[in-house]
Amino acid sequence: MEQHFEREHILVQPEDKNQHFSTLNLGPTHPATHGIFQNVLKMNGETIIDAEQTIGYIHRAFEKIAERRPFYQITTLTDRLNYCSSPINNIGWHLTVEKLLGIKTSKRIDYMRIIVMELARITDHLICNSVIGVDSGALTGFIYLFQEREKVYEIYEEICGARLTTNLGRIGGFERDFTPNVIRKIKDFIDNLHKTLHEFENLLMRNRIFMDRTINVGGISADRALNYGFTGPNLRAAGVDYDVRVMNPYSSYNDFDFTIPIGTNGDTYDRFCVRQEELWQSIKLVKNALDNLPEGNFHEDVPEFYLPPKEEVYSKMEALIWHFKIVMGEVDVPVGEVYHAVEGGNGELGFYLVSDGGRTPFRLHFRRPGFIYYQAYPEMIRGSVLSDAILTMSSMNVIAGELDA
Amino acid sequence: MDNNSMIDSLRGKYTTELFSIDESSDILTITVNKSCIKELVRWLKDEIGFGFLTDLCGIHIPGQTLELGVVYHLHNLPENKRIRIKTFTTKDNPKMSSITEIFSSANWMERETFDFYGIKFVGHPNLIRILNVEYLDYFPMRKEYPLEDATRSDKDDRFFGR
Repeated sequence: MEQHFEREHILVQPEDKNQHFSTLNLGPTHPATHGIFQNVLKMNGETIIDAEQTIGYIHRAFEKIAERRPFYQITTLTDRLNYCSSPINNIGWHLTVEKLLGIKTSKRIDYMRIIVMELARITDHLICNSVIGVDSGALTGFIYLFQEREKVYEIYEEICGARLTTNLGRIGGFERDFTPNVIRKIKDFIDNLHKTLHEFENLLMRNRIFMDRTINVGGISADRALNYGFTGPNLRAAGVDYDVRVMNPYSSYNDFDFTIPIGTNGDTYDRFCVRQEELWQSIKLVKNALDNLPEGNFHEDVPEFYLPPKEEVYSKMEALIWHFKIVMGEVDVPVGEVYHAVEGGNGELGFYLVSDGGRTPFRLHFRRPGFIYYQAYPEMIRGSVLSDAILTMSSMNVIAGELDA
Repeated sequence: MDNNSMIDSLRGKYTTELFSIDESSDILTITVNKSCIKELVRWLKDEIGFGFLTDLCGIHIPGQTLELGVVYHLHNLPENKRIRIKTFTTKDNPKMSSITEIFSSANWMERETFDFYGIKFVGHPNLIRILNVEYLDYFPMRKEYPLEDATRSDKDDRFFGR
């Protein structure tokens, strides 16, 4: 059954035979491709004439699996979309289900979520920006920033016990309250991050070599970016101030005062600068949310969906019944369809959920920002040289898990 | 433009092609005949300002005459309004107009929909599978392909009174 499929349209076309064009396979596992995906580049010397992407190497059929799982089990699938900022995916999914069920969360839960989501955004941007440095040949900044990322992962560990694929939070709130240790660690991290960030910015931001490598490299106009479905920092770098946190505020983001940085050219340097400024804004948001964290419970009273504490399951009849009902998927879900979007690390992360009242979603579609904007990559690198193409890719922050779902 | 004037202008433009308008869900949802989808999306983009294609995905609802569907989410960024457009086609002839000419972002989303649901987008420049392997001979997100072993019954809905 297995046949060999040759992608004819990416091979050198016959009329090019007398010209000295060559094809170059970048990936699937080339270290500079940031994940498992392949780019077939058609090159004239070192100039890229055309490119064709092949994705799907880590496709895991999450949408199909989701149709077989109760709602609370889908959180673990969302972890693995953009694994650099999995708490945003987790909370985005919880917000979607809460929208379908009509659950309103208290301010405390909202603020706790904002803290976690902004910490996740910080890790996402730290990775992206430090990797831009690596791909342009500056390894030092990467080492600085990865130390900071480690601290955020320790905070996740304190909150939920996991580091990378966090499965953080529950439908209706959190699995446990922030312990004093968590608060201390967050404060510690936020109060000290600015030193490292300043150090990092001193290394790269006004560095002549870095600027020469990134300015006017891999640019895209605002018009084309919108047409290609760009969202998040990549769209804002092109000069469009679209941010889901402001346009459709969720989780009480409208209580906070923060700035949306935008760029002008949409090139690699603008994307770098927008992410860098967003780091500062996220620090401010975490600080504000932590200072104004209201008292209250860390989860809403939704026994149909929120798993009861384990010690109660073993000692109380009521808790045992709910535990059984939730785990066996015996709770009624309203019929309906919702689309809910959150501002993920890379842009608008949307969940389109259709429920027919069964124990599982009838249809769940993830709008992965990376999947949508990565298709603009050939247009962005056409005419540039290979080393610029690598930089462009790292500045777009293409995450393989998000591409392939 | 609020929902009411949006509905009025839709009703004024389309009479027979517009099957239903639903305001009950979070976003204004319209169901249209597949023949007008390209024209409708172009009109929404050029005249009304829905200049951003947020999402495009397939859906399979067994039991309907028109089983396979495509769901479009468009976003009017200046006015911050969203609209959801649904359109359905039969399983025997799953053809749909491609909107890649209007939105470049539709390219991969339509390929993904083709890959999982087998909906053929007419006018798509490169309609091949995107996430699955090329030699796959079925469309895995259709409901007739169950995920788990079909003989497994311990998770069946009927044990819970449904």
